[in-house]
Amino acid sequence: MSSAAGITIAGLYSDPVALGSVFDELPVAVVFISKEGRVVYQNRAAEVLTGYSSFEACGLACSHVLRSNICGGRCPVREDLGGEESVSEEGDIITRDRRRVPVRITFTRVRSPEGRCLGYAEIVEDLGDGGQRSDSPTHPFSVGDIIGRSPTMEKLFAMLPGIAQTDSSVLITGETGTGKDLLAEVIHKMSNRAKGPFVKINCGALPETLLESELFGHVKGAFTGATHNKPGRFRLAHNGTLFLTEIGDLPLSLQVKLLTFLDDHVIYPLGSGTGVRVNVRIIAATHRDLAAMVREGRFREDLLFRLNVVRLHVPPLREREGDVQLLMDHFLRAFSAKFGKRVSRFSSEARNVLLKYSYPGNVRELKNIVEYAVNICTGAFITLEHIPSYVVEAVQSQGKSDEEMASRSYGAIYEDVNLLKNRSESGQVKWEDLERRMILEALMKCGGRKSKAARMLGWGRATLWRKMKQYGITE
Amino acid sequence: MKEERGRQKILVALRGEEVASRFDMAPEAWLGTYREGEGFTNEKTVVLPQASAENLCRLIVSEGVNTVVCGGIEQEYYDYLTWKKINVVDFVVGSLDEVKKRIASGTLKAGNILVKRAGESTDELSEE
Repeated sequence: MSSAAGITIAGLYSDPVALGSVFDELPVAVVFISKEGRVVYQNRAAEVLTGYSSFEACGLACSHVLRSNICGGRCPVREDLGGEESVSEEGDIITRDRRRVPVRITFTRVRSPEGRCLGYAEIVEDLGDGGQRSDSPTHPFSVGDIIGRSPTMEKLFAMLPGIAQTDSSVLITGETGTGKDLLAEVIHKMSNRAKGPFVKINCGALPETLLESELFGHVKGAFTGATHNKPGRFRLAHNGTLFLTEIGDLPLSLQVKLLTFLDDHVIYPLGSGTGVRVNVRIIAATHRDLAAMVREGRFREDLLFRLNVVRLHVPPLREREGDVQLLMDHFLRAFSAKFGKRVSRFSSEARNVLLKYSYPGNVRELKNIVEYAVNICTGAFITLEHIPSYVVEAVQSQGKSDEEMASRSYGAIYEDVNLLKNRSESGQVKWEDLERRMILEALMKCGGRKSKAARMLGWGRATLWRKMKQYGITE
Repeated sequence: MKEERGRQKILVALRGEEVASRFDMAPEAWLGTYREGEGFTNEKTVVLPQASAENLCRLIVSEGVNTVVCGGIEQEYYDYLTWKKINVVDFVVGSLDEVKKRIASGTLKAGNILVKRAGESTDELSEE
């Protein structure tokens, strides 16, 4: 398999120039394909967009690399661009991190000096902000895709322009579903790096060895199966922003490597003794309490200080006064338009229930609830029967007597925990064991109802689900 | 997928003989049951009235599928399917035959590129 490394362009200068040196620094994705529609080369911006390295992409059908909705039915390449030299189409692609990104693709014919058509070049522009996405129309109370008018959000919005203009590392904290990823993207788009790539990696999604290679890249022969050079996310994010989500899950050994990068902006790909200087801004996010992790020895204090240059906390929805109503109406309009429905409002009962619900899954949960309601609603307004039953039940059970019961049960659990803690002083019991037991007891007391158990423990539903998964507690 | 090799009901989102590059653009789907030692049974190809992620999700749930093999899939559909305890093997590139071989050997993984490219032998198919 040929790699782009050896491909040169002759005739521009006295000596041939490396193809990568011409195309890799371009802010738009460029993909060259054969007449049969197979990828022969893609630049670094295309690697970021598609998630495939040039090596992986070469020889594959373009539709599998770009995953665009233009492929198939209305692909101009199949019609030889209708005889034109270049054709532009708007559509969307699915990225490797499963996002749908609106794009404009310009297909251009590539000719030999004699005028023979050899293939096509595809220039892919990410329309991101500019494209009109149905769930994110311009909103008076929004910054990027984040909507809110509560005092806590207004305070956050006011800080963003200043933060975006600096190159300092940013640490975003907040519960699951609060919009940490959106905030990171907004900071990138408001910054001077907006034309550069925004590369995201989930530090908790890959095992340690894979994560190291994914972040820092590797050289051919670095380990069994390393059949080609891989640039790694740091290099892909050159002149842009690298977003490290779930930074709390980054293994200690990689925390050291990240710290080294933050010190000198040089990365060392696996198997290589030569450092590569990259110009990357780091934005990290986590739902974990990093200070507590530092105390437990699971997160390096010096890394926390390095990342903590600018700290932004995204408040949970329950602390965003007035935003539930704003978001409900926003999502209702967006999903009605998206699904081609004429649902225009909520009934007063449905609205009351939605306003009273505690949203442990935050904005993501509210969005899902409204999407579900719009999906199943056949009339002009959403009533109680269109709201998921767990939401209605949770609101109904939020009565005073229930709270008393919950606090009693919660107290009882913590009594048990305190007993166990006394035992732990002898070094026999770990916190994990205590927490596991707390979860099991809360579930038992709530008859297996996770929402209720989560409330009893003072956690969000998503937190309980994650911890159940962590401790191997199955339903 | 190795640990689930006992019995699985599988759906592969297809465009022609290949895994469709996108879940929401698959005009047809192959359905089959795989049982270790017995191979594939109850195989059928369903042509969808129109390519749509919602239609495909509905089919997957109504048919009681445990494993979905597809190309690129949007996060909301991935989350929905995994929430329904369905194993989603996404970003697979290759023909239905290659996918079935990998299922039978218990080596199918997300991101597998199961097509031969110039100068590549079948043994060298990507394990990414």
